[in-house]
Amino acid sequence: MADLTCTIAGIRSPNPFWLASAPPTDKAYNVLRAFRAGWGGVVWKTLGEDPPVVNVSSRYGAHHDTERRLYGINNIELISDRPLEVNLREIAEVKKAFPDRAMVVSLMARIEEEAWAGLARRIEATGCDGLELNLGCPHGMCERGMGSAIGQVPEMVEQVTRWVKAATRLPVIVKLTPNITNILWSAEAAKRGGADAVSLINTVNSIVAVDLDAMAPTPVVDGKGSHGGYCGPAVKPIALNMVAEIARNPATAGLPISGIGGVTTWRDAAEFLALGASGVQVCTAAMTYGFKIVEDLAGGLSNWMDDKGYRSLDQLTGRAVRNVVNWNDLNMNFSAKAVIDPALCIDCGRCHVVCEDTSHQAIRIDPGEGRRLFTVIDAECVGCNLCSHVCPVPDCITMRPEDTGLPYVTWPQDPRNPLRTA
Amino acid sequence: MTLTADSPASPYGDLIPPLTKVQAMAEANRCLYCYDAACVRACPTGIDIPAFIRSIATGNLRGAATTILAENIMGGTCGRVCPTETLCEQACVRNTAEERPVAIGRLQRHATDGLMATATAHPFTRAPATGRRVAVVGAGPAGLSCAHRLAMLGHAVTVFEARAKSGGLNEYGLAPYKMADGFAQREVAFILGIGGITVEHGRRLGADLSLEMLRREYDAVFLGIGLGGSNRLNIPGEDRPGVEDAVAFIERVRQADPAAPPAVGRRVVVIGGGNTAVDAAIQAKRLGAEEVTLVYRRGRAQMGATAWEQELAQTNGVVLKTFAMPTGIGPDGVTFEHTALSDGRLAGTGLTFLQPADMVLKAVGQTLRADALDGLTLAGGKIVVDGGFRTALPKVFAGGDCIASGEDLTVQSVQDGKLAALSIHSFLTA
Repeated sequence: MADLTCTIAGIRSPNPFWLASAPPTDKAYNVLRAFRAGWGGVVWKTLGEDPPVVNVSSRYGAHHDTERRLYGINNIELISDRPLEVNLREIAEVKKAFPDRAMVVSLMARIEEEAWAGLARRIEATGCDGLELNLGCPHGMCERGMGSAIGQVPEMVEQVTRWVKAATRLPVIVKLTPNITNILWSAEAAKRGGADAVSLINTVNSIVAVDLDAMAPTPVVDGKGSHGGYCGPAVKPIALNMVAEIARNPATAGLPISGIGGVTTWRDAAEFLALGASGVQVCTAAMTYGFKIVEDLAGGLSNWMDDKGYRSLDQLTGRAVRNVVNWNDLNMNFSAKAVIDPALCIDCGRCHVVCEDTSHQAIRIDPGEGRRLFTVIDAECVGCNLCSHVCPVPDCITMRPEDTGLPYVTWPQDPRNPLRTA
Repeated sequence: MTLTADSPASPYGDLIPPLTKVQAMAEANRCLYCYDAACVRACPTGIDIPAFIRSIATGNLRGAATTILAENIMGGTCGRVCPTETLCEQACVRNTAEERPVAIGRLQRHATDGLMATATAHPFTRAPATGRRVAVVGAGPAGLSCAHRLAMLGHAVTVFEARAKSGGLNEYGLAPYKMADGFAQREVAFILGIGGITVEHGRRLGADLSLEMLRREYDAVFLGIGLGGSNRLNIPGEDRPGVEDAVAFIERVRQADPAAPPAVGRRVVVIGGGNTAVDAAIQAKRLGAEEVTLVYRRGRAQMGATAWEQELAQTNGVVLKTFAMPTGIGPDGVTFEHTALSDGRLAGTGLTFLQPADMVLKAVGQTLRADALDGLTLAGGKIVVDGGFRTALPKVFAGGDCIASGEDLTVQSVQDGKLAALSIHSFLTA
């Protein structure tokens, strides 16, 4: 059995699956249920200074796939709307009841040192394991000068991190917003400020849908809507890229990462770990299916690690980072051709029509025995992969590397490049 | 036992219930939107099936129905009664992957029912009036399909129908559990909603109508007269009381008040192997017959009824007996002789058995009534037409079951009527 014990910025948890700072971690009732279900840790929903914020109704919009599965959610909810004192008391109680789980507390304040430092000190007194600075909330709080209003300015990220580090002995995780042009600017700023780790991504600014009867963005609040924060499976590709960028950037390499963004299955978690995360945070999947999914998250990851021979998370973390390169470092001489397995083909013709209409006219149809025969015209196939992605049958269309006998040549070296350097 | 329209055993309730919105959405999403889809090629009317299913999946129910009705104005009936298991659904590629096709027929019904329930106007508009008048004989699937398309093209149509109601087979010849809730008449009203079509009931060719008169008074004539006669068994006892043509029996059930359905025998024997035989057998069972036995002279594989229909008969309590042909009908029942196939030829074995019966339904095929068809060429019991549905008589066209265009199915008749209308239009505007 692979060891799933996880350590990020010195914070230990029995498995790498934490619940992210969000409604599921807003009170003791939920967090106790989560810990009983087996979650390794939580990031308690963001605390702010009193008086508590006031939320609106409704708060969530949804992006469904064609079978009405939740593809993404956006929300216009603010930080915890419960009194600070109540949250602090519950945090202490829950940590006492589950001392082996990671109890990280998210916080947010005005851009004033005493506001951040005072909040941090009060939270530290609960006995929690770490702090997460919410510098990412893209709606509501940023209009009050907090959340992404801070996270989008590297100097402010650095400053706030420094203030909190000076005020507490607890590990500090800086949660980054994806609503920026370059994630490295804020990640590097967090590191300069002394961050022990970064977590990412926070939600993506979005209008997730428009109610065509109300003629307003969803969720509709008395006839009006607002942009909200997008999360769920749909944002995973954005999150993976940003995690990888930080992991392979020399200035931030080695900075522990808590991966967030659409983690729904153990496979998603493995991908975040492979790209440099030491653990992951989950929210939408729990909000879609409930806390019980942690059983398959942990079990599936452990079984897969056993199959692959990974004995601990640190053997897995970052394994794919060296294979993430810039376009200019790709091999121009590599070639793959699509191959269609006629035994698996069900004769839907989708590969043909997409290649014909939108790509390279590289899939021929011949009358076959009983059903049509689809064949790749190697001379026309550029190996773009589209056919294999639209094929409804797994493994029916595969990409076969061609032995070109040519060396690894990058674009800067390529003779076809008029500006080549070598 | 009292049968009511909503009783599970009633022959007047849907045998296969309509899809719910959620079921339709899930089923529509199983469609792969194939390129040059096999299901389309398998449909006699060539409906763009992937397109209409995609419209269902996106919530464009009116668009879905319009796609169907553009090729098949009786898409509602066909969604209910088409033997999809041998047409579109047999071709569905999901059979290969999952051994379960997309439920195309039920989706088609979902779309067309949705449009007919909500649309305030007919989905198609008429072309400017051409001033041409066309006579259509027979208000069945072929005649109504032809009339609708002609009306769409701007012609004035008069439909002559011998019976009291329009719909033909749909109204008189299909089991009520396939056409519940008066659907045949609702569909007729919908089709006529395009305007420009007058239906005259009680007008039969050979009685007060003649081809000669129609040719004189109209610019073109379309014959969609179907098959009005029934084949005989030509065995002793065929005319005894309690022996009836299955089509007449189905008609009696269809035209009865559902609260007072016709009485059936305690032990019913149905002779034949086609859809009508299965319809009559299931119907007799649902009307309270204790034992219903369907006897066919050849094997299951040779039956006209599809495997799905055979199974339906069995799950409704009908006993299927094969390789037996009737030799006589007496007071106690039907005497059958066992048969065998050898080199494709059927022969009796000399061994007989008595199948007890107090009601016998004959379903051994229908025939064209050839009277009043002077001047037309007939072959194999059907009216001969050319590729443009033209008969031997100038200005006279024909389609549906009275010609040999394909299987005798509603969907084929609709296609014949549609194509004949296009041919008539070319003739009138040449």
